[in-house]
Amino acid sequence: MKFVDEYRDAGLVRRLAEETSRLAGRRELTFMEVCGTHTMSIFRNGIRVLLPATLRLLSGPGCPICVTPNRYLDQAIALSRLPGITITTFGDMMRVPGSTSSLERERAVGRDIRVVYSPLDALELARRNPSREIVFLGVGFETTSPGVAAAVQLAGSRHLSNISFLVAHKVIPPAMRALIEGGVAIDGFLCPGHVSVITGSKPYEFLARDYGHPCVVAGFEAADVLEAILMLVRQAIAGEAAVEIQYRRAVTQEGNKEAQRLLNSTFDTVDSEWRGIGSIPESGLSLRAELKGLDAAEKFEVEVEPTLEPKGCRCGEVLQGRITPNTCPLFETACTPENPVGSCMVSSEGTCAAWYRYARMPGDCL
Amino acid sequence: MKGTERIMLGHGSGGLLMHELLEDEIVAALGRGSIQPDDAAVLPLDGGEVVFTTDSFVVDPIFFPGGDIGSLSVCGTVNDLAVMGAKPLYLSVALILEEGLPIEDLRRVLRSMRRTADEAGVRIVTGDTKVVPHGSADKLFVTTTGIGLRLKGLAPSSSRIRPGDALIASGSLGEHGLAVMLRREGVEFGAEIVSDVASVFPIVESLKPFGDAIHAIRDPTRGGIASTLNEFASASGCTIEIDEQAIPLRDDVRGACEIFGFDPLHVASEGKLVLAVAPGNATEVLCTLRSVPLGSNASIIGTVTDRRTPRVILRTAVGGRRILEMLAGEQLPRIC
Repeated sequence: MKFVDEYRDAGLVRRLAEETSRLAGRRELTFMEVCGTHTMSIFRNGIRVLLPATLRLLSGPGCPICVTPNRYLDQAIALSRLPGITITTFGDMMRVPGSTSSLERERAVGRDIRVVYSPLDALELARRNPSREIVFLGVGFETTSPGVAAAVQLAGSRHLSNISFLVAHKVIPPAMRALIEGGVAIDGFLCPGHVSVITGSKPYEFLARDYGHPCVVAGFEAADVLEAILMLVRQAIAGEAAVEIQYRRAVTQEGNKEAQRLLNSTFDTVDSEWRGIGSIPESGLSLRAELKGLDAAEKFEVEVEPTLEPKGCRCGEVLQGRITPNTCPLFETACTPENPVGSCMVSSEGTCAAWYRYARMPGDCL
Repeated sequence: MKGTERIMLGHGSGGLLMHELLEDEIVAALGRGSIQPDDAAVLPLDGGEVVFTTDSFVVDPIFFPGGDIGSLSVCGTVNDLAVMGAKPLYLSVALILEEGLPIEDLRRVLRSMRRTADEAGVRIVTGDTKVVPHGSADKLFVTTTGIGLRLKGLAPSSSRIRPGDALIASGSLGEHGLAVMLRREGVEFGAEIVSDVASVFPIVESLKPFGDAIHAIRDPTRGGIASTLNEFASASGCTIEIDEQAIPLRDDVRGACEIFGFDPLHVASEGKLVLAVAPGNATEVLCTLRSVPLGSNASIIGTVTDRRTPRVILRTAVGGRRILEMLAGEQLPRIC
C-alpha cells in the first residue's frame, strides 16, 4: 500500500531504533506523546520493545473522548431524552460513561442516537427529516473542529432550522502548558501530527522557548514515530530545545490557513473543563455570538443530573502522565474495555484501553 | 454481566461482550455440559457422527457486493458444519418477514438461497415462515439449521490444539465485513470490495487425507481472526504466536481499514478458514489448500508455542510484539 508501507519498513525501523539506543545510551529520558493516535501506533506496532528500557514514553491528554467531561455527556444524554430529538455523534462517544448512563445505554432503551462519520451526515439527516431536531455532538481537537465548523457554516447558509451543535471542542497547546505548569517531569514532547496539519508547528514554539522543552511534530507510522523519538533524543542529548517537524509530508510551520480562518469565524476561544484535569484557560472552543442559534445548549433547556465522578477512577492522573494505567486500582479489575469506568478505557485511543489491550505482557512488552 | 442491565449491540459483535453473554447467561441457563463449545454439535448416532448446528442472519443491507442474506444464510450454516469436519447434507430455513417487504426482494433472496444450496450440495428440506408488523423486524431475518455427517478420519476440535502446531489461514481475510460495511454506509471506495461468502466444504474435503493431523478448523466470522485465535488459545490453554506480515490481506481491505480505523484482524470473513495442523504436516497441508480454488492464497501465519498462558501474541510487521486481543464491544468508527 503506497504512502503507508514505506513507513512500516522493518529494516528502516530497526535502523532508527538502533541509532536511538546508541545515542541515548543509558541516559534516562522521558518523552510524552500528546496524541492518542501516537499512543495507539506505539502499542500496535510494539515499538516499546525496540527502545532502551531507560527511554520512557508517557501518554498525554490527546484523546478527545478521554478529556470530555462527564457534564458534557450528561447534557447530551439529557438532550437525547427530549421528544423529537435525534442525537448524531462520532462512534467513539457511544460507550463513554456519563454520571449514570451512556449514549449506548440510552440507545438500547430506545433514544434516537445515531453514529455518523462526518458532521455533514448530520446536515443531510436534518434536511431529510424536517420534523425532527438533529443535534450533533462536536467533540475533538483541531483534527475534527474544522469539519464541524464547515458544517456549522453550511447549516447557516442553507438556513437549516432543525440542526444544532453541542460543542466541546478543545485545543491542545494550552493543555501542554498546563501539564508543565502542573509539574510533569518530561524531557520533550512528541507533538500531534494531524492537529498540526491544521495549526502548523508555530503554536508549540512557547514550549521550547519559555519552558526549554524539545518538541517534534510526528507522523503516525512506526518509522515516523521512531524518527521523531530519535530527533527528540538528539535535542535532549545536545541540551537544545526547538520545534522540529518530522511529519514533513503533511505539516508546515504555518498550517492550513483556510481551516484556521474557518475556525476563527465559527468559534471563540474559551476556558474549558478537561475531565480529570480541571479548567484550563483558553483551551476550548464555543460557537461565536452570531451563531448561537445553532448552539444546542442555548436552543434546548434540559435539566442535567448532578455530576458524579466514578469512585476510585484515576483517569485524570493518567491523562496528565502522573501515573501509568496499571497503577490505578480499578485497572483490569473493575475497569475493562467491556465495562469501562473511566473514559481512558473506552476510546480506542485511550491510554488505559491501549495498556489493557497491548501491554499486559510482563517483561516482554514494556 | 456487571453493570450492563440491557442488551446492547456490542453483545452481538462476536467479541468479549458476546462471550460473556453466551457463558454467563445463555449456556449457564440452557445446559452447561450439554451445549458443545464448537461451532456445531457432534452427535454420535448409529455408528456415524451426525453434526448439527443453527445460525440466524440479520445482515443489513440484505443485498451487498458478492452476496446477499440468502447466500450468506446457506453458507454460514454449511460452514459451521464443515469446520467440524462434516459433509453438509440437509438444511431447514425459517424466515421472518417484515410487513412491506417487496416480494421481488424475497424472490431474489430465495433464488440465491437455492443456487447456493445446489452449489454446496445441500438440500433444503423443511422450513417456517412468519410475517411481523412493519418495524418489528428489519426487512428479512433468516434462520438456517443444518445437519451433516462427519467425514471418516476428521475430528477437528479447538481442544486438540497443542504446542508446535502450525496455524494456517486459507486465504485473504476481512472482505465480507468490509463489503457489507461499505455498502451499508454508502461509501464508494475505488474498486469495489466484494464479500468472500462461499461454502468452505470443498476446502475441508481436500484435507480428508490428513485425518488426525488436522487439529482444529474455524471460520473467522464475527470478531475476525483475532476472535478465532483467542478462542483457539483459551480452548487449548496454549500461547499462539502470529506473524503479522504473513496474514493474507488484500491491499484494498488494508486501505479501507486504515481509513475507517478498523483492525482488519477484527473484521469478518465468510468463506475462509483458520486451521491448526500438526507440525510435520504443515507444508503438505499448505500445498493441498493452494491447489483448491478457494485456498489459492493460503498461508502459514504462526505457531502454537507453549502451554504457559492462553493468549495470542502478534509479531508486528516492524519487528515489535504485542498482544492480539479480542474485539471488546461493537466495532465503532473512530473520530480522528
